[in-house]
Amino acid sequence: MIVFGYRLPAMASLILWGLLWELVGWMELTFFIPPLSEVLVTLFEIIGTPPFLKALSETAYAFSMGVFFAVGIGVPVGILMGRSRLLDELLLPWVNVFLSAPLTALVPVLMVLFGFGMKSIIITTTLFAIWIIILNARTGVRQINRSLVEMAQSFGASPMDAFFKIYFWAALPEILGGVRIGIIRAVKGVIIGQLLISIAGFGALFELYSSNFLMAHFWAILIVLFAMAFSISEFMAYLERKVSYYAANR
Amino acid sequence: MAMSQIKPVLTSTETAQTDIAVSVRNISKNYGAVEALKDLTLDFPRGQLTSLLGPSGCGKTTLLKIIAGLLKPSSGEVEVNGKPVVGPGPNRAFVFQDFALLPWATVMRNVAFGLELRGVAKSEREDVAAKYIRDVGLAGFENSYPHELSGGMRQRVGLARALSVDAKVLLMDEPFSAVDEQTRRKFQEDLLGLVQNENKTFIFVTHSIEEAVYVSDQIAILLPRPSRVSEIIRPTGFRNKPMDQIRRDPEYLDIVDDIWASLRSYVE
Repeated sequence: MIVFGYRLPAMASLILWGLLWELVGWMELTFFIPPLSEVLVTLFEIIGTPPFLKALSETAYAFSMGVFFAVGIGVPVGILMGRSRLLDELLLPWVNVFLSAPLTALVPVLMVLFGFGMKSIIITTTLFAIWIIILNARTGVRQINRSLVEMAQSFGASPMDAFFKIYFWAALPEILGGVRIGIIRAVKGVIIGQLLISIAGFGALFELYSSNFLMAHFWAILIVLFAMAFSISEFMAYLERKVSYYAANR
Repeated sequence: MAMSQIKPVLTSTETAQTDIAVSVRNISKNYGAVEALKDLTLDFPRGQLTSLLGPSGCGKTTLLKIIAGLLKPSSGEVEVNGKPVVGPGPNRAFVFQDFALLPWATVMRNVAFGLELRGVAKSEREDVAAKYIRDVGLAGFENSYPHELSGGMRQRVGLARALSVDAKVLLMDEPFSAVDEQTRRKFQEDLLGLVQNENKTFIFVTHSIEEAVYVSDQIAILLPRPSRVSEIIRPTGFRNKPMDQIRRDPEYLDIVDDIWASLRSYVE
């Protein structure tokens, strides 16, 4: 953006909001918002401490397992739904219901079914991420150019060849888009799981800091979490750009 | 009057002499209550180019896809070299109207893709592909992607892919309709060369009367609702003339006029 002839650097708006935050903090309007500088100092204090590293590894494990299952199950199911009318009719209503359902309300049920441990947290994470991944993979397969399929058939492609050499690649731009949104939802899922199911990981830290009114600590953890979610999502966006050269020409 | 001019062109004796590569027997195809093709019988002589010509919606592409094995006829059968067609097979290769190239693959991989699906080793199939890429005039573009090529060049990739599997029957579904007029003329000349040099049977779907007459040894005129073969025309007089003489040949002009006369009432 250019203001008064000056080119503003990327994310200049963040600087503005950061200044506003700092100002509100200094005015001591509410204990809920300490100055940003204090939050950042706290951030560097707690990074590297054993409780932080423990929380990070617990969260990272639950998150990556949850995303792994969401992608590993979601993409094939979505592709199969896009190809099979029967499977689509059977599953689509459920996918749509769960996509918009308040999944947080389901967490107590998961606790009853799968216990109070890591398993339930991983399942919660998967449930947050998987539906949009399924839906996007399905869309990607459904918009595939009919003559590409006929081309593969006419040259004698086996169903496996068609799946891995045509359908997967043709749907890849949509699949990556779905995975990117799914990952953002998985961040929500893993924290909600850690808050509601067993007090573990970053969820435990949030719980600890907010109940002791350590707001600088609370915000510091939130910034860490945001930074991690943002980097993963940007990495996915980078992968999406790598396939965009053919996304528009399918 | 128009019909009397066309009479000498219809020589049924020549069909009997030449050997038949593809034969379509009593094919019908219904989509629900709609009859797309009805009791259609047609022979395709080996080593020659046969055009399927007719107004849009007359089922020419349907017939071509049945020959390719991509569609199942409701009744009747197709034989290629005396063997009934039950599905796609290595004796036929298809050239698509919209090129049907893999947008994520290079020209090299696209041309070699038919061989890749047949399990030919990478170095071997790339040798074959490289030869046909040169033959269609795309040398130097091996590592380009389809979106970097013009429409005409993309169809050359599609053609090279069909040639590289070395099928004896080439099925072409309006292959030049998505390229510009000048490129199309060049393609038509190249096609005449291919028919002469490669010992292949070409089945060519088109909606252009001039194109059909220019390139064909035999033209099957299909009339719609339901489709059947209304006429078979075999241009003979100008087939061995130089390419640039064909379009001014009186026989060429007469056949074009006669076909238009018989088709015009079917065009809305």
